[in-house]
This record gives sequence, structure tokens and C-alpha cells, in this order.
Amino acid sequence: MSELPQKAKVVVIGAGIVGNSIVYHLAKLGWEDMVLIDKGPLPNPGGSTGHASNFLFLATHAKEFAELTMDSVRLYKELGVFTECGGIEVARTEERLEEFRRLMGSSKKWGIESHYVTPAEVKEMVPFINEETIVGGFYTPGVGVVDSLQAGTLMREYGEEKGVLQSFPNVEVMDIETEDGAVKAVVTDKGTIETEYVVIAAGVWSPRIAKMAGATIPLTPQVHQMISVGPIDILSETDGEIGYPIIRDMDTFMYERQSGGDMEVGSYAHRAILIHPDDIPSIEEAEMSPTELPFTEEDFEPQFEHSLEIMPDILGDETAGIRHAINGLLSLTPDGYPLLGETVEVKKLWSAAAIWIKEGPGTGRLIAEWMTYGESEIDAHHSDVSRFSNYARGEYHSDQRTAEAFIKTYGIVHPREQWESNRNVRVSPFYHMEKELGAVFFETAGWERPQWYASNEKLLAEYGDKVMDRPNEWDSRWWSPIINAEHLAMRERVGMVDLTALSIFDIKGSGAVEYMEKMAMAKMDVAIGRGVYTPILTPKGGFKSDLTILRLGKTHYRVITGGADGPRDMKWFSNHLPGDDSVYMVDMTSAYCTIGVWGPKARDLMQSVTKADMSNEAFPYGWTKKIRIDGVEVLAFRISYVGELGWEIYIPMEYGLGIGKKLWEAGQEFGVVPVGIGVYGTTGRLEKGYRLMSAELDADYSPVEAGLARPKVKKADFIGKEGYLKAREEGPTAVLCTLTVEDHTSKSGVKRYLQGGEPILTLDGETIKDAKGRYSYATSAGDGPSLGKQVLLAYLPLQYAKIGEKLYVEYMAENYPVTVRSIDSTPVFDPSNERMKG
Amino acid sequence: MTILTLIEHEQGIIDPQTLSMLTAARGLAQEQDLPLHAVLIGANVSGLAAELGEYGVTAVHMIEQDALADFAPNAWAACVVEVMGAEKPTAVIGAGTERSNEVMAHVGARTDLPFAANCLTIQPEDDAWFVKRVRWGGTLHEEARLYGDPKLLTIAALGIEPEPSSSGAPEIISVTPNLSDADLLVRVVSRIEPERKGISLTDAPVVVSGGRGVGSAEGFVILEELAGLLEGAVGCSRVVTNNGWRPHAEQIGQTGTRVAPELYIACGISGASQHMSGCSGAKHILTINSDSEAAILAKSDTAVIGDLHEIIPAVIAEIRKKTA
Amino acid sequence: MDILVCIKRVPVTGAKVTLTADEQAIDAGYLSFAPGPHEECAIEEAVQIAKKHGGRSTALTLGPDTAVEQLRYAASMGVDDLILLETDEEFPPMPTARAITAAIQAQERPFDVLLFGNESADAGGYQVGIRVAHALGMPVVTGVKKLEFADGADGGTTVATAHRQTPDGWELYEVPLPAVFTIKEGINVPRYPSIPGKLKAKKKPIQRITPEMGAVGLEKVRLVVPEAEASDVNILGHGAAAAPQVVELLAELGLV
Repeated sequence: MSELPQKAKVVVIGAGIVGNSIVYHLAKLGWEDMVLIDKGPLPNPGGSTGHASNFLFLATHAKEFAELTMDSVRLYKELGVFTECGGIEVARTEERLEEFRRLMGSSKKWGIESHYVTPAEVKEMVPFINEETIVGGFYTPGVGVVDSLQAGTLMREYGEEKGVLQSFPNVEVMDIETEDGAVKAVVTDKGTIETEYVVIAAGVWSPRIAKMAGATIPLTPQVHQMISVGPIDILSETDGEIGYPIIRDMDTFMYERQSGGDMEVGSYAHRAILIHPDDIPSIEEAEMSPTELPFTEEDFEPQFEHSLEIMPDILGDETAGIRHAINGLLSLTPDGYPLLGETVEVKKLWSAAAIWIKEGPGTGRLIAEWMTYGESEIDAHHSDVSRFSNYARGEYHSDQRTAEAFIKTYGIVHPREQWESNRNVRVSPFYHMEKELGAVFFETAGWERPQWYASNEKLLAEYGDKVMDRPNEWDSRWWSPIINAEHLAMRERVGMVDLTALSIFDIKGSGAVEYMEKMAMAKMDVAIGRGVYTPILTPKGGFKSDLTILRLGKTHYRVITGGADGPRDMKWFSNHLPGDDSVYMVDMTSAYCTIGVWGPKARDLMQSVTKADMSNEAFPYGWTKKIRIDGVEVLAFRISYVGELGWEIYIPMEYGLGIGKKLWEAGQEFGVVPVGIGVYGTTGRLEKGYRLMSAELDADYSPVEAGLARPKVKKADFIGKEGYLKAREEGPTAVLCTLTVEDHTSKSGVKRYLQGGEPILTLDGETIKDAKGRYSYATSAGDGPSLGKQVLLAYLPLQYAKIGEKLYVEYMAENYPVTVRSIDSTPVFDPSNERMKG
Repeated sequence: MTILTLIEHEQGIIDPQTLSMLTAARGLAQEQDLPLHAVLIGANVSGLAAELGEYGVTAVHMIEQDALADFAPNAWAACVVEVMGAEKPTAVIGAGTERSNEVMAHVGARTDLPFAANCLTIQPEDDAWFVKRVRWGGTLHEEARLYGDPKLLTIAALGIEPEPSSSGAPEIISVTPNLSDADLLVRVVSRIEPERKGISLTDAPVVVSGGRGVGSAEGFVILEELAGLLEGAVGCSRVVTNNGWRPHAEQIGQTGTRVAPELYIACGISGASQHMSGCSGAKHILTINSDSEAAILAKSDTAVIGDLHEIIPAVIAEIRKKTA
Repeated sequence: MDILVCIKRVPVTGAKVTLTADEQAIDAGYLSFAPGPHEECAIEEAVQIAKKHGGRSTALTLGPDTAVEQLRYAASMGVDDLILLETDEEFPPMPTARAITAAIQAQERPFDVLLFGNESADAGGYQVGIRVAHALGMPVVTGVKKLEFADGADGGTTVATAHRQTPDGWELYEVPLPAVFTIKEGINVPRYPSIPGKLKAKKKPIQRITPEMGAVGLEKVRLVVPEAEASDVNILGHGAAAAPQVVELLAELGLV
């Protein structure tokens, strides 16, 4: 074997399925001078790839996972290592059957073929199942198993044969050197490699390696238990590795997967068992491999019984022994998504971690494209490693959240479900006031935000049927009709909304104007005092973000974006700062708290607390102004995300409580109501057709399709301009439409309410796919209390994007009639925005 | 006051490890300024006494009985206890072999004295002796205090080169213990010749040994061929017997056979301590392994890195070419 | 025929062994535990004898509460009854033998066959089975790799034939029961426990006895990891191309 080179373009650390796929795709994209290292031997270095169960189920609610898995299946097939065997998720409970109905909706919207199957049909496919334990199944024929080690070997060899890659097993990384905040060299026990890029694809060890460079990759390795039982005659008789569909016994959080003459039984039912990267044994210390820890049988005991219930004939056979049993390690993250992209702390240090077998090859392609083009075909918005706020980048948060998350692996997770661990991390100055008003807090980016207020329960009687109460438990979980009552009260009187969770950063310096023009699609060289809503585009013209920018001075801008979007947006903005000191960026999130004051009485309320002229003439829509309340200078911005007259008030944090109380007390006269994020984020927003990043807006759709194209294109050059111009020229393939649900009554007579994510169907009940292969589904769904109907946003191909067009939406295996109400950004409620601009 | 040693022999030959043990015990006796005695048990064993003299034994307690023609551990222990009663030795020492360990354990049980098996170093002290002994088949050592009077122990003798000394003929002391039926109950009643022809694993000058890396039972065909060419024997690791690829009789290691050939060729063996304790006596270890970082390399003299399924056939062809 | 099998909980080690800070034990942080390999075969033998000749099998261990794991493992292989001599202390061979002897004598029913491992995987004392045999006045055959039973000529005492492997073949011993046998790996291929076996084992009662240490005889001071010889391996080459160098080595050693 040759010596470790002293220089390389890129060093990829970790030769599991991910690292191998990255070098493969980088090689395909023309990269040269690459080095792949692993501290273990090849082809199985002892990481999680080596002990994976290697099966790929396809159905998922999450778009990124669906895309990565389908891309991975394609790649595994190309490499000739995919065996299609089918997979059946079986239900033991009615609740799970309902979840299958929801999952079918997701399968449809990602174009995955799935079928409901009866217990008898399951028995036909899997003769050794005890069909009496189950009430139904969800069959996906395209499920398969792969040889992930072989896939990795083939991909690695491609790069080696092309002469652009050298691979070195048994090389341990000791340090990563950086210079001026960027990667400089990888120090190993076999020598130092100077390099331009480093990719950490080291699975469960990734946090440890990132730490060497001063970077963070927040994942926590956890145990997943698996036993292998055999020999089993009926399995030995099949040809090859697998002859029967894989069973996922969802209600016991287990799977049964044939592997030759053995049945592998895996569990996600046990307690969370966290193993920190520094506590993982070395190859020499480990009894089996570093990621195959000793089996702790007491954690698996209920699973013995469950496995006997579902497959009594073969697993109850006393001659079939437990031949192998492990506590296998895999990577869990605080929110369940992978950790992809350049690290927040160190430039050209990339993370490709927390990826499972079913996403491995596709993720490799994604990372390679992202490194090459600055973006990838599959948008990694949710998986972007820079998504975490600072507090969430460490071990503490990851440990708590992953410990809570483990049991959700096979669980039924409501789309609005809240985390219980590590709460109350960030609270606004109004927190105690809100608590007294019975706020029910939801979390975003560590911030506690009132979703609704119990003290508003009295409004329910006031609005009666208009609050659109939800009789079904699932529909109403993590929800309250009070949200709709708050909405109606705000539209009638005035509401106060705590918006402290917004992320705020300032851009200053002599080059600020030029820089901001480069970043934003909308014109930035606007009058001082103006606030502008603008898309932020990727290099190819898809959505990177959308946010509001205030011009506060000649060379001073303030960027306001969502709490959860802040860290990602700040990474994007900071990466594009000019290398000199002409522009600088300061995170102001902790400096300001924010209150939204909205409703017909908003002006009366505001005028009652300030001497500043709040009239429409003196303070028109879209402008900012410094005003004083009780002598404290605050920044008021006349804008609204809920379609009402009013302001966002930015208050220096320490004055927040005083000003909040002042507004609250002054508001009593005007019938002020505390309003939660349920209104701000859903009902108010949807009635106005406002788009939400990562729901409606992502890199797959252009501003033209999202209905956010401006009448004119600004002269200044900006990121994504070329793609944007092209999209304007080509016109949309599909456009974002607003639809309303015409009848909520299900077959059983109970009114059902959508949650978002449901597929849109033709009147023939067929799925709708545009010319680019994108399916139509409700990117958002929520109540429009002022309309008396639910409102959906959905991209529709042009032939369906007609006002008045009648279609169906599928929810829990039933079709509900919907009508297209808007085919651009024109809101369904108050289309001419009179309320807001009055 | 003596150092009393237990002599193991088979078919008229003193076990080499007993000679190693005597070499070590002689040093101990000299340090303590004590005479070195031996217990020699069997039928027609008087011819072995002279050789014991060559190893520094000054007196041989000889027990010759027809009933002791074949190995009978408990009876041997009764004989040793008889001599102990007469001589009041400071210590009774055997070699760290299966048989001597067994006899010494019986002696310990009969006298209610503690017994330390497989000692590497012995430091006599006033009351307890400080010993270092083998644990985990040699993966670990234990430092311990051995109590009792006399001290009962065996010496891990495999690594000790037997060295004769220039003493004269030993004094022969005949002992006639009164052995009961119970003492003689456990003894070899018959023997079965080995089924396998050819050279035995422990005698083979070359052992070609295969581990997990061989991959299958069929994979051993090339190992057999190489062993045949070198007039050696085939061995294997515990993984291999657990997988049913080879019989347990071929297993090298802590719970299998221990070998000390001229050359040990380890093919696809990672080098778990369990295994290494069975082959650490080899004069030369040649490793063939695809993993250049495998633990066994640190314990090998030479190595070839690569796929054993390619290397072994190439070596076979090369030998054929050379010997043709 | 009632059988007792005595087993010991030991860690399953990897290629590198590290000690605890007090040098009293192996650092088992990353390791699982199992009965020693000889004892695992002894368990299998006990189960097979009980099945073939009728009677009950009992597993006994001396160790901490966690050694219940090994008793349950034995039960999951088919052992009927379980006895734990519960102590957190490490017992040297003599106290171990005394404790086991006392426990056996305290049982209501006597055992016909007592099985031990030939030597424990960790301490390697080569004596507990022999000491127990003497204490109980039973014959003992060590290193057994095959065990058969036949009723005596007068239909009375059952006689066991125990086979012991030597480099030169097999030695056969015949002893009347009750007797002690120390078992060597290779006597059988121990089964993997089945799932029903695991579930049955979970429900088995465990007889707990607190043993007395008494005089130790052999007192552990500390464990030592032997110094590894410096790695000065000579790499002859890579792949099939290295064959001539290998043959050169064989010639040097005088083997071709």
C-alpha cells in the first residue's frame, strides 16, 4: 500500500456507505485528488454500515426522506446490490390502521406504490405469520434489501479506477487543523494531509471528529437491538438471501427480516440507550465490533414475547437458536433528520452524518452536488447541519432529545406533536405574563411560544359554531378551538402576538447595499425606513429562504426571519460576506423582543401609548419608524402576517416586560386579546395565502411557480438571478394555489379536518403529477375561521390551476371536495388587503 | 526440608515440560539452599532416575507398582502425600501441564492445602510466597500470595529451556505407599488410537492454521494442501470450530490445543488473545491476513498482507516449482 | 439421573484486554459476560444427559447477583433448576470448592453426576472440581471430551465411561456414580438458546445461598497485563506476488 499523500483536494473521513457514496459522486462530478480514510479495515471498517439490517422501507411522511430513499434505491439498483422483496407494515390496533391511511396519503404524494392488505392477504405472502395478531397491513412492493458493504466497495473502486481517489484503511484521525476559520489539514496517525476540503462521514464518531476542528455535529449514538434466530427450515428453503417480504410489526416497534436461513428480529421498543462517541470501544477493545455492543437481554425481554405472538411457528421452534444478538449503534439527532452540509463553525468542513442505509447513496450524491454547485437537486433544508441554534449544537440537547426520540422511531407521531425534553430554554420577557393568561406553549428553536391562551376560552361561547371545533381526536390533538376564537376576536378587535422567537441579524458596512442586492431577489437599495419582503434564492433560482429586510440606514440593514430559519439563514448570509471588512453581520436575536399588535383597533391602541403619529399618512404600510412608548425608544414596523392593520414592535429585551404590560393594560379599553402562534402561523397566514419556507417554498419550486415573482426583475445581479430569469421565461409548470374545503363530512358523518400534507386528487380520484414529476398535495392546511372553511395551499399543474376548479383532497382514505380559490398570491380573505393597508 | 518435584513421564520418557520445571525448581532450591527431590511414580520407571540426576535432583522418591503402570491421578497424589509426610518439604512443585495440574489439585484436596497452578515467577517469603501466575491462558498474569505449608504449585514451563546441570547420580529412596481401591479407582482402563493418520498437531513442525478469514469449510482445502506439502498439520481458531468448519480437535487456543511448532502459519486469524495463548510457543509466526492492522501482526515474526485465497495457492505453486 | 453443572460468569474479551483502575479485574465496560467455553459445553452435556437418562439438571454458580444472567442462560439451554451462591467477593479455589460442597450437601436430593469446566476461563486454577470431589468422597475424571453411562452388571450402580483426549489418542476411564467430571470444550456443540427457552428461563426460581469465604489459601494481589513484545513484524510483501519470499522463508527455516 502506498504512503498517505501529503496533499489532497478533499479528505473524506469514514468509509461506510456515506463516505463511499460521496467519493463516488464527487468522482462523477469531476473531482480529483481525493483521499478516503477510515480507522478501521476495509471493506468493513466497523461502523454502523457493517451491522445494518440493510433493508429499505419507502413510505414516509417526510419529503426529504422520501426523496433520499428513492434516490438511494435507484443507486443501489444501478450498482446491482438491491433485492426487491416487498415489505409489509402490520397493525395490531385500530390506531395504527388509521396511521396507515395517513401513510397512504404520503405514499401517494411521493409516488410510492403501496396497498392496504387484509390479515389473510398478509398470510398469503408470509405463511408463517399469525394473522390473528394483526388487524391489517400496509404493503409496499418496492421494499428491498441491499448489500451495503458491496455497494460501498463498488463506489470506492469507481473513484480508484478513475485515478481520482486513494483509499486508506487503518488510518486514525488525530486532529483537524484550521486556519482563518477554514480547514487546512487532517492530522492522522500515519501522517498529515494538507487539504482544501474535509468531509466527516464518520457516522457515530462524527461529533468527536468535528470537535477536533472546533465544529459541532449534534448527534447521539444509540443502541438498536437485533437478534438473529435460526436455522429455520422454511427460510432455508428459499433461494438466496431473502424470499419473503419484510414484516414491520409497527405496534410493538419491531421488525422481522429474513436473512438466509435466519430471521432477524429488531427492536425500537426498548429504553433509549445512549453511548457517547468517546465511550465507543476501539476495534481492539470491542468484543464484536465497535458499533456492535454486548446485547443487554433484559431490554429485549418483551420483544421475545411479541415475536412469538406474530411468528409462533418459526420463532417458537425450540431448535431455532438465537445465534447472534447485538446492541447495534446508530446515529440519532435531536429532530430525526440527518446532519448535512458545511459545518457552522468551520468553512470547507462538511458534515455527512446521521444517515441510515436507506438514505446513504442518495445522501452521497446530495453532498457531492452541494459541494460542487452550492446546492443539490434534493433540497437538504431539513437536514442542513446549520439548522440548530447555538444551544442545540452541543451534546446536552442532543442527548435529551434523542433519548426522547428513540421510541418514536416506529411510533405514530402527530405532525404537531411537541417535545417534552429540554424545554424552557429560551423565553421572552412576556413569558410569565403569558403563563398567567394560561398560555399553552409550543416550542420553536428553543423558544417557548404561546400557541393559544386558555384564558380565551370564554371567547368560544362568543363565536359558537364559527370556531369550527373538531370532533375527531386525531384532528384536534395538539390543537384547540380557542385558536380560531382568538383569530375571530383579532379580526374584530385587536390582538397581541409574542414574536420574540424571530431571528434578527443586522448587516452593516460600506458594502452593505451592494452585498444585500447580491443576496436578495427584491430590490434592496430602497428608501431608508422601508421594509421589504423578499425571496432568497439558491444559485439555480430555487428558494433558499424568504424573509423581511428593513433598511434602517444608508449602510444598515436588519434581516428578520423565522426563529427556526435563523441559524440556516445566518450561515447562508455569512458565507457570502465579502472577504474584506466592508460588510459585517451581527446577530441581534438576543437584543430584541417583539410584539405584533394587529386588528382593526390596532391603531387606536398604539396611538393611546405613543405621541408618535400612527396615522396611515404618517406611518404607511411597509415602513418602519422609531417611536417612544413611556419614553422607551422602540422600532415599529407596519406589516402583518395575519392580514390586519398593525405593527411589529421591536423592543430592546430589557424593556420588553414594561412595554408589554403597558400595551396590555392600554389594550383593555379596545378589547385586546392575547393571540397565539396558532393564528399567526396557520389561520391568519392561510387566509392571506402567505407562503411558509419549507412548506410551500423549497428549492424544488421557483418564485414564478410560488406566485412570488415580481413584476420586474431588478437590474442588480443577485444569487439565482439566471435561474430566476429562466423560470420567468419558461413560465411555471405548476403554480401555488389556494383551495378551500367544501365539505368536511366523512362517510361516518363526523366532520374531519386536514392537517397538511394530504394528496390532491382529480375528481376521478387520481393523483396529480406535473410535467416535472412533482405530485400535488396540500403544502399547508388550516382553518379559515373568517371564511368558515379550511384553507389549503397546493401546487397544481396549469390545467388544474383555474379558479373554481373542483378537485378532491384525500384524508385518512376518504376524499373531500375542494375548490381552487386563488392561483397566485392573491389572498382568499380580503383580496385587496384593505384591512392591512387601511 | 526439601523442594519436592513431581515427575511426569510417558512411555519411558520424561515429559519435556518436567525437565523445564526441574530447571526452574533447581534454581529455586539453590536460592533457598535446599536439596531438590523428586517423586517418580509408575511401573518400571527406575531407569529414569539417572536423567533426573542430570537435572540436579539429589534424591528420587520412587514408587513402583504394577497398579501404577498407567496414569492414575488420585493414586499419584496419594504417593506424593506419602512422601510429603516423610520429607516435610518446603514446597511441592509440578510442571504446568494437564496431568501435573490435576495431580497437584488432588494433593491440595487431600491435604487441604492451597495450590497455585501455572506460576511464572516464585518469590519465597517468610509466610506466604509471592507468585506470578498465568490467567486467561496467558492473556493476563496474576500476582498472588500463596499460603500453606508446604507450598503447592506448578510452573508454567513452556517457555523455559531445559538445562542439565552436572550433579551426580541421585539417591534412590523407595517408597511403598498403601494405595486403596478408592485411590486407584480413577485410572486409564483402555486407550483408543487416534482416528486421524499423519502427524499430530502437537508434534507437527509446521501448523497451518485458519481463522474467520478462510470463510468456509471448503476454504480449508488449500490450507490442507499447504500443510501436506510442508509435512505439517492443520489447525484453526475457535470461530472456525464454532462455525462447524473444522473439528474441535484442531482448535488452537486457550480452550483447545496448545502448540509450539517451528513455524505457525496463521491464515485469516485476527489474533484474539483466546487464540494466541495456544500458539505463542511457536518459534516463528507467519501471518497471512488482508488487514494490515490485525492484532496478530504485533505477535508475528513475518507477514504477507492480502487475500489468503490468492496467496496460499501462489505459495503452493512456488513450493512445487522449487521442489520439482 | 440428577446432574449438577457448576459454571462461572466471565467476561467475553476482545483482542485487547484492559484492567480496572484497581487492577483487580478486567474492565468489562465494553464486554458481555458468559459462562466459560468449557462450562458452556458442560451445560449442554448436562441437558443432554438429563434428557437421555431422565432426571433433573441443575446449574450452580458462585458470583454476584449479575451472575443470574449466566444461570438464566443455562436455563434457556434447558437446565431445570438454578442455584446462586451470591457474593460480590472473588472467591479463590479453596473457598469456592468449600462453598459449592456445602451447597451440594444442603440440597434435598443428591446429584448423580457433577459437571465442572476443566478449568475456569479467567482464573485457571485447575482444581475446584477435584476439591469438591474429594470433599464429597466421589471419584473425579478431568478433561472429559466424551461421556457415556451404562448400568452396572448387577443392574446396580451406573458406571460412566469418560474419554480424555491426549496427543496420542484417547484415554478411557470408568467410574461408578456418583462422580465428578470436568469437561473440555469439544465434547459437544452447545446449542443456541431459543426464544421459548429464553422465556422459560425468565420464570425459573433461583435458590440463593450466601457462601462463607473462610481461609483463602491463594490471595490475589493484582492483575497484570503482560508487556507486549515490540511489534517488529517483517512484512514479506503483498498478495500473491509475495509467494517467492514466503518460500525463501520456508527454506531458511529448513522446511522445504
